[in-house]
Amino acid sequence: MIHPIPSGTRDVLPEETGEVRAITDTLRRVFDERGYGEIYTPALEYESVLARADMAEAQPAYRVFDETGAVLVLRSDMTAPIARVVATRYADSQPPLRFCYFAHTYRGVRPQRGQLREMLQAGIELIGSAAPEGSAEALTVMCAALDAVGLKDYKVGVGDASLFPALMETLGVPVEAREELLHTLVRRNFVELEQRLHEAGIDGEAAELLLDVPQLRGGPELLTDAPGPAVEAVTGMRRVYELLASNVAERVIFDLGLIRNIGYYTGAVFEVYDPEFGAPLGGGGRYDELLGRFGRSLPAVGFALNVDPLHRALAGEEQGTGALAELRSVIAAPGEAP
Amino acid sequence: MSASLGLTIAVPRGALFGGTVDLLSALGLDTEELRVNDRKLLFEEIGVVTMRPSDVPTYVEAGAADIGITGKDVLLEQLAQAPGESGRDVYELLDLGFGRCVMVLASKTGPDLALERLRRLGVMRVATKYPRIAARYLEETGRQAEIVEVKGSVELAPLTGMVEAIVDLTATGTTLRENNLEVREEIVVCTARLIANPVAYKLKAAQIDALLERLRALSLPA
Repeated sequence: MIHPIPSGTRDVLPEETGEVRAITDTLRRVFDERGYGEIYTPALEYESVLARADMAEAQPAYRVFDETGAVLVLRSDMTAPIARVVATRYADSQPPLRFCYFAHTYRGVRPQRGQLREMLQAGIELIGSAAPEGSAEALTVMCAALDAVGLKDYKVGVGDASLFPALMETLGVPVEAREELLHTLVRRNFVELEQRLHEAGIDGEAAELLLDVPQLRGGPELLTDAPGPAVEAVTGMRRVYELLASNVAERVIFDLGLIRNIGYYTGAVFEVYDPEFGAPLGGGGRYDELLGRFGRSLPAVGFALNVDPLHRALAGEEQGTGALAELRSVIAAPGEAP
Repeated sequence: MSASLGLTIAVPRGALFGGTVDLLSALGLDTEELRVNDRKLLFEEIGVVTMRPSDVPTYVEAGAADIGITGKDVLLEQLAQAPGESGRDVYELLDLGFGRCVMVLASKTGPDLALERLRRLGVMRVATKYPRIAARYLEETGRQAEIVEVKGSVELAPLTGMVEAIVDLTATGTTLRENNLEVREEIVVCTARLIANPVAYKLKAAQIDALLERLRALSLPA
């Protein structure tokens, strides 16, 4: 008998769960050692509650009515639910608060694009720790986690979500044109960005800066000669960088055009890349305003790693390193109870 | 002459092939074999893979190629155009200027049957190989349309009476004229674009930036 399951989902069988668990157990150990307590939240939430977070392109895609007619959604990330938990269950707790999670999240897909409808994410949220210390801690934990699972060739792209908005503000881009420009940059469509700048009446040096700055990628030397209007965001990036140990710092690629497609980020943003996988393995950033939307205003930073892509990158790298085999050997054999 | 650009390039066969190969030659790649061997797909020594233009975003998105060249028509059909829409995740880096075509709405010469049908029945039928571009354009311009997707000669659809209009790409308009069709509206001008994989754009930033600089210096046709 053949009974189909929706595209973008899959069954994971014991041979593979053994490997996935080796990865998640290792990540859990790293998070635990650094004081991040694991939490669960419901996969289903009230739409009206999660709508407080500005998810932009990662809006919940699946809605159902409950018995009373209330609209429920399947969560599309774990950051918004954790912001809700902090505002309700930790309303009076002394920050900083450290949480980690291993949870499935749900996104809409276009058919036949290999996009995941259901994603297993492993991540942390550090609540109540401001920049630059909080951002540096999140980056450090992320690299420790990736090192622990044995990923070798990864790099971490670091940008700042406030950089381009600040640039537009300083260079006098009309308010009504800004959202479209930002959206164009999220997709890094530089051809369209140039057109839209022209249409918005921005020419000459201002247009050149708005086009050139977000194309800058490279090492820390980028941070020394940033153009005037970008100085504040770039100074923030330099402060984070100065707090990083050398084994973390050497993974960093600065990317002044990095904007993630989720709307709640306010400061440092980061993404993980590995040459073995064509899309980022995960990412995160600062979201200093999100908690306030749920009623407890605290600066915060976090990241999520997508476990399946991470698994595939490890498998790709394994040709040379045997990292997965090593991980497998430290856990119980597949099928055995822990 | 440098052996390769240190990048895997997805090169489109078809109308954009000539312009693309000329560009690669101008960049110093040895394109001799690429020009003469139209069956081979993989040219490892110069880092080139060849494919249909509409497959270029697929290979680049997956990271099977670092960068690629394809038409804006392909990108418009495959990429997310509005916030929240999920499309191919590739970066559009440069308008290469060559391969200029226009996406048009066309119908049989004489009185416009599409408008007539829209007026009388409230909906027009439109055949196209670009269903998303056609649907988006007609929706934006407030015309209710039933989109019929066809894979081959779109010109046939209105001639047989299956539809009243077509949305298609035309370079010179010759095929349209020969089939007694007339351009009613120009939707968008399409040229060749350079696209990049998001991960390669960061991990191979130096190679990609060097390429962009050289391409800009080649004074692209406007």
